[in-house]
Amino acid sequence: MLAYTIRRLLMLIPVLIGMSLITFSIIHLIPGNPAQVILGEQASPQAIASLEEQLGLNEPYFVQYGNYVAGILQGDLGTSLRTRGEISTEILPYLAATIELTIFALIFAVIVGVNAGIISAWRQNSMFDYTAMIIALVGVSMPIFWLGLMQQWVFAQELGWLPAFGRANPRDPVETTTYFYLIDTIINGRFDQWWTSFKHLILPGIALGTIPMAIIARMTRSSMLEVLRQDYMRTVEAKGSKTFTVIYRHGFKNAVIPVLTVVGLQTGTLLGGALLTETIFSWPGIGRYVYEAIGNRDYPVIQSGILVIATMFVLINLVVDLLYSYIDPRIKY
Amino acid sequence: METVKKQETKQPMQGPEKPQKKVESISPWKEAYWQLRKNKLAIVGLCIVLFFILIAALAPFITTHTVSGMNAADRLTGPSSDYWFGTDYSGRDIFTRIVYGAQISLIVGFFAVTGAMFFGSLLGIVAGYYGRWVDMLISRVFDIMLAFPSILLAIAIVAMLGPSLQNALIAIAIINIPIFGRLVRSKVISIRQEEYILAAKAQGMKSSRILIHHVLPNSTAPIIVQATLGFGVAILEAAALGFLGLGAQAPTPEWGRMLSDSRQYIQSAPWTVLFPGLSIMLVVLGFNMIGDGLRDALDPKMKS
Repeated sequence: MLAYTIRRLLMLIPVLIGMSLITFSIIHLIPGNPAQVILGEQASPQAIASLEEQLGLNEPYFVQYGNYVAGILQGDLGTSLRTRGEISTEILPYLAATIELTIFALIFAVIVGVNAGIISAWRQNSMFDYTAMIIALVGVSMPIFWLGLMQQWVFAQELGWLPAFGRANPRDPVETTTYFYLIDTIINGRFDQWWTSFKHLILPGIALGTIPMAIIARMTRSSMLEVLRQDYMRTVEAKGSKTFTVIYRHGFKNAVIPVLTVVGLQTGTLLGGALLTETIFSWPGIGRYVYEAIGNRDYPVIQSGILVIATMFVLINLVVDLLYSYIDPRIKY
Repeated sequence: METVKKQETKQPMQGPEKPQKKVESISPWKEAYWQLRKNKLAIVGLCIVLFFILIAALAPFITTHTVSGMNAADRLTGPSSDYWFGTDYSGRDIFTRIVYGAQISLIVGFFAVTGAMFFGSLLGIVAGYYGRWVDMLISRVFDIMLAFPSILLAIAIVAMLGPSLQNALIAIAIINIPIFGRLVRSKVISIRQEEYILAAKAQGMKSSRILIHHVLPNSTAPIIVQATLGFGVAILEAAALGFLGLGAQAPTPEWGRMLSDSRQYIQSAPWTVLFPGLSIMLVVLGFNMIGDGLRDALDPKMKS
C-alpha cells in the first residue's frame, strides 16, 4: 500500500509538469504579440514594452518557464493585470466558494443518485425503475446552464422560494474567516445567516449536481444488478435478514467500487460545470474568476485559475485511487 | 486470406434458430444490427437524430422567416401561428433560428467528433502498436490532457485562439482526442496479443498493413460507440462555449448563444430560453440513446 502510494505520487510529477507547460503556453500561443492582444489595438509602444517587461515576455522561453515553475513552487501564482493583486491571495475566497458549491453538489448527487440506483436495481423493471432511468437519461443530456436558467425562472422568479443569485444576502454580508460561509456563519453564531447561505446553495448545487447524479444513478443500478445476482446475496436473504440489511449492508457494499470510480471522475465534471453554474448564479467562485479574466484578457489569472482547478481534479482522483484499496481490501497493488 | 481466418476466430456462435450451413456465419455487424433493432430506446434516439438532420437539411423549405430578419414591432411576442416558437428580443423568429441552429450544432458535432476520432485513433494505434517510449510519451500526453476538466481545457484553448465558432470546434476536437486515443490504445494492446496478428507478422506483413487491415477493423466497435456518445457531448460543449460567449458570435443562430442572449428576458418571454434549451437537450438525448443501444449491441460484455 505504501509502495503504491509512493508510486502513484511519483506518477503525478509528469502530469503536473505537463499541466504547468499547458497553462504556461496559454499566453504564448496567443496569435500575434501577447502584450498587444492584452492591451488592445490602441496601446502605445511604451505600454506594450512595459507589459512585456512585467510579464517577462522578453526572456527566452525556457527561462520564462523556469521562472514560472519556480514561482508556482513558492506559492506565487503571479499578479492580476486588472486588480494588481497577488493571485495566490486573491484566489482564496473564490476557491472556497467553489469548493463549498462542489461539495454540496456532490453530496446531492451521491445521496440521490446512489439511492435511486439501488431502488431501481432492487425493483428492476418497476415503474420507479423506468421513471428513474428516464430521468437519469434526460439528466445526462441536459445542458446544465439551461437547467440552471430554468430553475432560476421557476423557483426564484415565479415561485420566489429560493434566492437566484450570489452566496448570501448582499445587505447582510457574512463576516469571513475561512471563506466557507456555512462554517463562518456557525463560528460567528449567526444561524439566520447560515440558513440564508444554505438557501443560496440549493439551486446552483442542484443544477451542478444533476449530471453527476444521473451518471451515478445509472452506474449504481448496473453495479447493484450484478451484485444482487450473486449467490451470497441469496444466502443473506435466505438467512432471513431484513431487506434493508440485505440491500444496503451486503449489496451496496459490494457494488461500491464502480460507483466510487464514477464519483471520482465526476468531480471533473463538477469542477468544469462549476464554471457554467457560477456564471448563471453569480456565484463568486473560481470558475467565475477565470471567466471574468477571459473577458478582461487577464492572462495571469486565466493561467493560474486553470492550473488550480486542474490540480484539484488530479488530487481528487489520487484520493479516489487510494480509497479503492481501503474500501475493497481485495484490490492489491 | 488472413481476413477470413480472423473473422472466424472472432465470431461468436450463432443462435439455435438456424442450423449452420457450412462454415458460413453472420457477421458481427449484422448481429449487432439485429440487436439494435430490438432496442426501443435506441430506435427512439435514432428517430430524434434523423428528425434533426432532416430539419437541418430542409431548413430553407420549412422556415417562413429569415434567420436574422429583425422586426422591432414583433419583438418578444409569444408562440403563435405566425411565429411557432415566438420571437426574440429583436423580433427574430425563434423557430427559424432553431432550425438553422440545428445545422450549426450538427456540423460542429460532426467535425469535432471526426477530427477527434481521426487523430485520437491514429495516436492510439501508434501508441498501442509500437509500445515502449512511443506509448509512454503519447499516454502521458493523454494523461495530462485528461487531467483538465474537459470544458476547462476547451476554454483555455479558446482563450488562446480567440472566441469564434471555428475555434470552439477546434477546441472541442482537441479535448476529445485523448478519449478516443486511450480507447483505441487499450483495444490495440489487447488485439496485438491475438494469434492472427502473430500469423500476419510471421508471414512478413508490414506493420502499416497489419495496422490498417487487422488492428483497425477490430477496434471499430468501441470507436463507433464512443463517436456516437461523443457527438452528443460535442454538441453540449459547443453550446456551453457559445453560452459563455466563447463560441459562435452574436448574429449566428447557435443554440447556446441564443440562450445567453435571451437569458435576461426569461421572466417576460420564457419561450426565448425554453426552445433553444429543449433543442439542445433533445438532440443530445437522441445521440445518447443511440450510443447506449450501440454499446449494448456491439459490446455484449459492457451490457448492464
